[in-house]
Amino acid sequence: MSSLLTVAMPKGRIFQEAVELLRQAGYPLPPEFEDSRKLIIEIEEAGMRFILAKPMDVPTYVEHGVADVGIAGKDVMLEEERDVYEVLDLKISDCYLAVAGLPEQKVHSVAPKIATKYPNVAAHYFREQGEQVEIIKLNGSIELAPLIGLADRIVDIVSTGRTLKENGLVELEKIREITSRIIVNPASYRMKAGVIDELVERLSKVVESKEEIR
Amino acid sequence: MSKPFVFEKPMGMRDTLPVLYQVKQQVRTVMEQEIREWGYQFIQTPTLEYYDTVGEASAILDQQLFKLLDSEGKTLVLRPDMTAPIARVVSSSMKDVSYPIRLAYDSAVFRSQQREGGRPAEFEQVGVELIGDGTSSADAEVIALMVSTLSKTGLQEFKVAVGHIGFLNELFVEVLGNEDRAEELLRFLYEKNYVGYASHVKSLPLSSIDKKRLLDLLHLRGGEEVLKSAEDLTAVGGRKAISDLRELLNILALYGVQDKVVLDFTLFSHMSYYTGIVFEGYTNELGFPLCSGGRYDQLLGEFGRSAQAIGFGIRLDYLLEALSAKEPSAPRSCIIFSAENRKEAIAKSRELREQGRSVVVQDISGVGNVDEYSGRFQEVIYVIGKSGKGEAR
Repeated sequence: MSSLLTVAMPKGRIFQEAVELLRQAGYPLPPEFEDSRKLIIEIEEAGMRFILAKPMDVPTYVEHGVADVGIAGKDVMLEEERDVYEVLDLKISDCYLAVAGLPEQKVHSVAPKIATKYPNVAAHYFREQGEQVEIIKLNGSIELAPLIGLADRIVDIVSTGRTLKENGLVELEKIREITSRIIVNPASYRMKAGVIDELVERLSKVVESKEEIR
Repeated sequence: MSKPFVFEKPMGMRDTLPVLYQVKQQVRTVMEQEIREWGYQFIQTPTLEYYDTVGEASAILDQQLFKLLDSEGKTLVLRPDMTAPIARVVSSSMKDVSYPIRLAYDSAVFRSQQREGGRPAEFEQVGVELIGDGTSSADAEVIALMVSTLSKTGLQEFKVAVGHIGFLNELFVEVLGNEDRAEELLRFLYEKNYVGYASHVKSLPLSSIDKKRLLDLLHLRGGEEVLKSAEDLTAVGGRKAISDLRELLNILALYGVQDKVVLDFTLFSHMSYYTGIVFEGYTNELGFPLCSGGRYDQLLGEFGRSAQAIGFGIRLDYLLEALSAKEPSAPRSCIIFSAENRKEAIAKSRELREQGRSVVVQDISGVGNVDEYSGRFQEVIYVIGKSGKGEAR
């Protein structure tokens, strides 16, 4: 392992906001950083190596220690239950997990079918509600499931609610708020305590100052 | 479910092939010798234990236990750790041996894996238990021995994080008033969820000073200076723990291993098992802790012979990974003979073995492809033909 701190970044929705936050925290990420199609980007000046991963995989890279630190949504953390430290709420990419369905849809009386990208979260939620359900795992376009009759309801993240609306779905229950978190590998947390503590400290200052403006 | 393929093994089970076996053996020998030099005696216990005794008492979560039934219908477990079996032995077969007792082990333990089937469900652990001594000297001895054992294997960069369960319990009860509320907070630490911890603390009906005390706890990581910060957090609770830790650091300095140790008051690796200091060892090469341990003063009581006790366990598989296993150094020789020279071949092999060499004696008519076969050895000696003269190639 080199002396660079390896940071696992989620591709897609969270990426841009996370990069912005790192810049505000004083890490010199070059302007072309976002446009690169590379999966591994080393930035010596920042003392960091970034790996670009699928959001759902970020906690896996961090748990195995190939990345020291990662940025992951709480939704992914709940679903994956990886053995990593969750040290800072970045308060970016706000959204929430919700149950949604067609407005007039009658729920199947014995075991309603729930389509979701988050089978663990969904199973856990309905168990806590004392409801018996059948979970169907899908990998995307979850909204399709109730429209075409695969499932009675869906569990998915909602940010603006536009996708639901455009497909004629309504939100039925809110499960919980979701934001992105800094996660840390347990070994790195000790072996590279200095660099990691500084990263967390600098980011938490940025997060706090944003909170005050709000 | 379909039948397994003939070459399949149960999930998480691994074969150890010759090269790895030798490397493992070398590391194991080094560790055993070091532990023996510190006066610890090795013991072995059965692979199977009762669920109701060792299974229940063990620190390993119920869902990780391999369970099976014996012919009487009693539930058995494959031993998930060695600490509980040793507690059983000390309370039964060794009940007349007075405390303190220093025991060591090198055994396979079994933990079923829910996630990603390739993770080992059986792995070897090397460790010690110091039973019947509750002093800081015992704490320090066990940590120093662990550090020394790891160093002897050639592991260079590693750190041992040390925390104290007594400190956490007392601080939380002092601030929150009762153990139920303390347990809620401990669970966040156990789950390594500091975000959840912080937002839970902020939601509690506490004074801002008390909230700050609880939030500052998350920063109590580092060297000796952390003890001072810890003192500022507590009124009375946890003072004993802090002075224990201070003494521990002083003794570790006498052993010359203080530079390997960092304090970490947030370390909380089990909900109810450990009672005093806890520790975990990490290295740069590895994402997981390669060793861990702590003080468990309740366990022996469950077997009817109460005692304070402390121990550590090192995972041999992780250690080998961290050492990036070298090729074994012991070369092998081969004597290839034809039937009429059998006598000379055997005499020659005896001679070489007496010099400590590892020698294969192979009848040439038992080998298909002699060139391919002899290629596996560092040295090949042919004892063939009428002359019966050994000819080395």
